[in-house]
Amino acid sequence: MKKTVEVSIAIAEAVKNCEPDVVACYPITPSTHIAETLAKFYADGELKSFIATESEFASISAICGASAAGGRAFSATSSQGLALMHEVVYAAAGMRLPIVMVVGNRALSAPLNIWCDQQDSVAERDSGWIQLYCESAQEGVDTAIQAFKIAESTLLPVMVGVDGFYLTHTVEQVEVPTVEEVRKFLPKFQPKVKLDPENPISMGEYATPEYYQGFREDVHRDQLAAKSRIVEVDKEFEQVFGRSHGGLAQGYRLEDADYVFAGMGSVIGNAKEVVDELRAKGKKVGVLKIRSLRPFPGEEVRKLLEGKKHVAIFEKSYSLGSFAPVYADVINSLYPLRKRPVVSSFIGGLGGKDVPTKTVHEVFKMIKKREPLEIWI
Amino acid sequence: MEEYFASGHTACAGCGMPITVRHALNVLGKDVIVVNATSCLEIVSSAYPRSAWGVPYIHSLFENSGAIAAGAVASLRVQGNDHTKVVVFAGDGSTYDIGFGVLSGMLERNDDVLYICYDNEAYMNTGNQRSGSTPFGAATTTSPAGKVNHGKMQWKKPIAEIIAAHQIPYVATASIGYMADFESKVRKAKDMKGARFILTLAPCVTGWNYDSSKTIELAKLAVDTGLWMLYEIEDGKFKLSLRPQQFKPVADYLKMQARFKHLSEEQIKTIQEHMNKAWAEMK
Amino acid sequence: MKLAIANPRTSKENKTGDWRSFKPIVHTENCIKCGTCASYCPEGCISGVDKKNIQEREFPKIDYDYCKGCGICANECPKKTIEMVQEEK
Repeated sequence: MKKTVEVSIAIAEAVKNCEPDVVACYPITPSTHIAETLAKFYADGELKSFIATESEFASISAICGASAAGGRAFSATSSQGLALMHEVVYAAAGMRLPIVMVVGNRALSAPLNIWCDQQDSVAERDSGWIQLYCESAQEGVDTAIQAFKIAESTLLPVMVGVDGFYLTHTVEQVEVPTVEEVRKFLPKFQPKVKLDPENPISMGEYATPEYYQGFREDVHRDQLAAKSRIVEVDKEFEQVFGRSHGGLAQGYRLEDADYVFAGMGSVIGNAKEVVDELRAKGKKVGVLKIRSLRPFPGEEVRKLLEGKKHVAIFEKSYSLGSFAPVYADVINSLYPLRKRPVVSSFIGGLGGKDVPTKTVHEVFKMIKKREPLEIWI
Repeated sequence: MEEYFASGHTACAGCGMPITVRHALNVLGKDVIVVNATSCLEIVSSAYPRSAWGVPYIHSLFENSGAIAAGAVASLRVQGNDHTKVVVFAGDGSTYDIGFGVLSGMLERNDDVLYICYDNEAYMNTGNQRSGSTPFGAATTTSPAGKVNHGKMQWKKPIAEIIAAHQIPYVATASIGYMADFESKVRKAKDMKGARFILTLAPCVTGWNYDSSKTIELAKLAVDTGLWMLYEIEDGKFKLSLRPQQFKPVADYLKMQARFKHLSEEQIKTIQEHMNKAWAEMK
Repeated sequence: MKLAIANPRTSKENKTGDWRSFKPIVHTENCIKCGTCASYCPEGCISGVDKKNIQEREFPKIDYDYCKGCGICANECPKKTIEMVQEEK
């Protein structure tokens, strides 16, 4: 049933309906409402457990312990909270703990800023976590549910990026699947290994140079293998709920387009709006939505962008001193083509700076030329 | 006897830590899950692809054992397992210093975890650097004895008292030199609910720098000189476990260890007086 | 998919006995089978005297595959029946 609700509350309800064994959270803007809503569910006896930790570092550690002990586990955070978790983010992936975390994307200090960009989770992209970025409120709700299924079948933790405020705090009509509905899609968690006195294995062993690299390479190989799983899970979700969100990457009015707006998260909504306006004027323009930053869908992006004239990538983070991260991944993906589209990087929306549709129109004018640009809009 | 901590671990000869772990596990039995902080214990027991552990074991990081344990026990309980004990083994670096915030959170929430700190009074895993637990006067590589400073110039952090201030059901101090006392404390803590904490002195041959055969002798002497007080705080009630009949001079203990060899008679006197004062304040 | 996990007690493959430079020898004539040596052994490699029931106890048997020669057993033995002898290598 559709309801009009703040998106954070809808996401929390979706998570609750996935019947996690342990939720551990620490409040941080703009993900706080997810934590608060889950705490209330626990207070009302609708959630099995809720650990109100003393830091984000403890939250993610607690859900790692919960997962290792055989439970389904969840947390939500943002920005500084995710940065504080950094050490555990890597450990969770290396230990192959299938935990799920929703990140209400927000800028990193300094200067202190509570508004949206994607620097917080993009900075964790090399950790071994699967990272999915959501375009809309409904996608946030649905991806949180999909994330458990992806994580538990790949033994890779999944981070779901929802743009802070733009998505976390808007009140929208969304469909939140019920427990019974989620059960049709998400099977009970069956851990491959767990802490169990009947089978006393040791987890989290340390590895000497002889073994370490092998473990790292294995996570990478399994990340690549998870690409097909992400697509499958999105299809399975569609079979049950009638909605899908584009698997790894998805084009919008892209097939015959010469010009492309690309990016991750809520900016895609704006881009689609502008594309509709430009299409009405006969302009051949489309959108590439990148949903999965890790694993990065290199081949898929290459196929979708082959033959295009100019691609403008909207970026809400930056690798200071280098290039914009999504841009760099797209450039790498296109490199094998003999004839490559021109790719430009438009860095905008850092720390909540507005990127209105007017700006997207301006970008369209700028990419009519065939020279690559990097512009902080 | 079933082996819960097997031979073939690679602790230094004479190390006090495996003695601590072996005895604790013999009391706790097989229905436990061990959570271990990064430490000497982790390194000597869990080098892939081998393990010394005969009970389920998890190591995650240096400073998050309290939270790993909190999550693990919550997970077990909601899955309907109300019997398996979750036990943390951590060193003093993780307990007193880097993992203290996380431990404090675990205590404040009164998570159903038994936390055992084996205290060897410095960061021994990285080669003997000072910790909050390092006693006054001890030379470590980051509190060396020099021309101006004479080893660590601060007193040991009173961790058991700080932990007791969280008003958890059980706090105890122990020493592997008094094994029956340590075992009885583990036995008592085993069947209690909520957060329990046991601090055990576990001498370190290389860091304290003494002959490897003297580990138990030193652990006993620490108690007999009065430097290491054995007590319990159960539901807020303090109970001394042992009052030495006649205190041995602290010098007997200090002079057996090269980490104190630079101390002057004056400095030894300072330590003796500090200790005397602590006991005088005890009723 | 590789997991950094290990099976229980596989450390027994590490024969730490070759670290030893002094070897404990038990002179059983004075041994009262009190079990102190086994109790304090950091390696847990002394058996025979570790049984709860005193009647069932045997003289200490040291597993030299693991004994690192720390000398705690000799130091703590109340009857001083354990002698540390230099290893011949």
